[in-house]
Amino acid sequence: MSKYYVNKFLFTVDRDPEYLRRYAEDPKTFVATWEQSIGPRLNDAEMTTVTALTDEERTALVNHDYVALFEMGAHFFLNLTIFIGIYDEAYMAKSGPLAFQREFAANLQHWVGKDFPSVQT
Amino acid sequence: MAQLVATLASTHHPFYLKATTMPPEQQMPEAPEWKRKIEAYRETLAKTKPDILVMIGSDHFHQIFLDNCPQFLIGKAPRYDATFYNEEREFGLPTYVLEGDEAMSTFMHQHLMDQDFDMAFSNELKIDHSIICPIITVRPDNDLPVVPIYTNIFAPPLPSPKRFYDLGRAIRKAIDEYPSDKRVACIGTGHLSLELGGPRQFMETGPDPAFDNWAIDTLRAGDIDALLNSVTHESMAKSGNATHGFLNFILMLGVAGPEVADYVDNLDLFHTMEAYFTWYPKEDAA
Repeated sequence: MSKYYVNKFLFTVDRDPEYLRRYAEDPKTFVATWEQSIGPRLNDAEMTTVTALTDEERTALVNHDYVALFEMGAHFFLNLTIFIGIYDEAYMAKSGPLAFQREFAANLQHWVGKDFPSVQT
Repeated sequence: MAQLVATLASTHHPFYLKATTMPPEQQMPEAPEWKRKIEAYRETLAKTKPDILVMIGSDHFHQIFLDNCPQFLIGKAPRYDATFYNEEREFGLPTYVLEGDEAMSTFMHQHLMDQDFDMAFSNELKIDHSIICPIITVRPDNDLPVVPIYTNIFAPPLPSPKRFYDLGRAIRKAIDEYPSDKRVACIGTGHLSLELGGPRQFMETGPDPAFDNWAIDTLRAGDIDALLNSVTHESMAKSGNATHGFLNFILMLGVAGPEVADYVDNLDLFHTMEAYFTWYPKEDAA
């Protein structure tokens, strides 16, 4: 499990409009690109060699599967914000304000009353 | 010596600006009341005529990330850019440039170090909505220099509630001992019960209205013993997974001192309870 690296994906993509567009439009291709050349970057000159996504994490990111990401302990703020960025507008146009956020909550109802997976990294 | 003229502790709601400036026919029903409450709260600061704002907030993974994550950090720069792209996108917040006060940042940093708070620091800090929201609500002219201080309420393990209170006490001591004739206000923001990215987000109320009401009464009374006896990281998680922003209220009570609040207001909005507190220093305090 590489919770840190999942969070790094969410963090680097949410803050960059071009990455976010590519992740929204073609997640499979974008996640592959991210793993090759975006995720490993430490700065303009340095690349890390010690981090990688697991198959389960990669699949969850490719599927925009925020329930699986929640259950792996991805940070709640990053996991919410990036998918609001991708889905909010279309849901709002179809079903009104907060429609996406309420569906997100509904899909996590089985966690009510339980201790959530830890977001500690 | 400098004079602390007001301590303000409030929730920060990133949608306030958007909610109260969209065309009236599209506004939520609570918008006019929300605006009136914010404008009344703004006056509790304005009447103290501050010269400098010490501002307590918490970066939401905008500049700070898990590769390098300080518990407490002070900004020390002549100016600060504010509002990141994803905050403009999600909340409709405008960008700002805030004036800094390097002399006071430097004094505050050293003073806190001398009080055994080993603060991280940043000479190139871009401010996020935890500090911009209170600029919008209580000082929209953005006409005063700021000393920004960030706390970690987000990436566990977090410092203890008592440590937040003690940092507030230390900040108060530093303000009181700052060799200047300036009038200083200290403004901090956080949350009551809050859930983000979990099953209780965006309900009709906050995730734990009973906690919200208790927290407002206890802060109003300035009852730090009750707060520190009841509030733990685990209790906050039960009230909502993002409730740890409440730690900044505990810090602000440390700045004010364990005193009855001079101004308290609140507003029950969809998915959160908003709350606004102001303390004025007592003659014999500090």
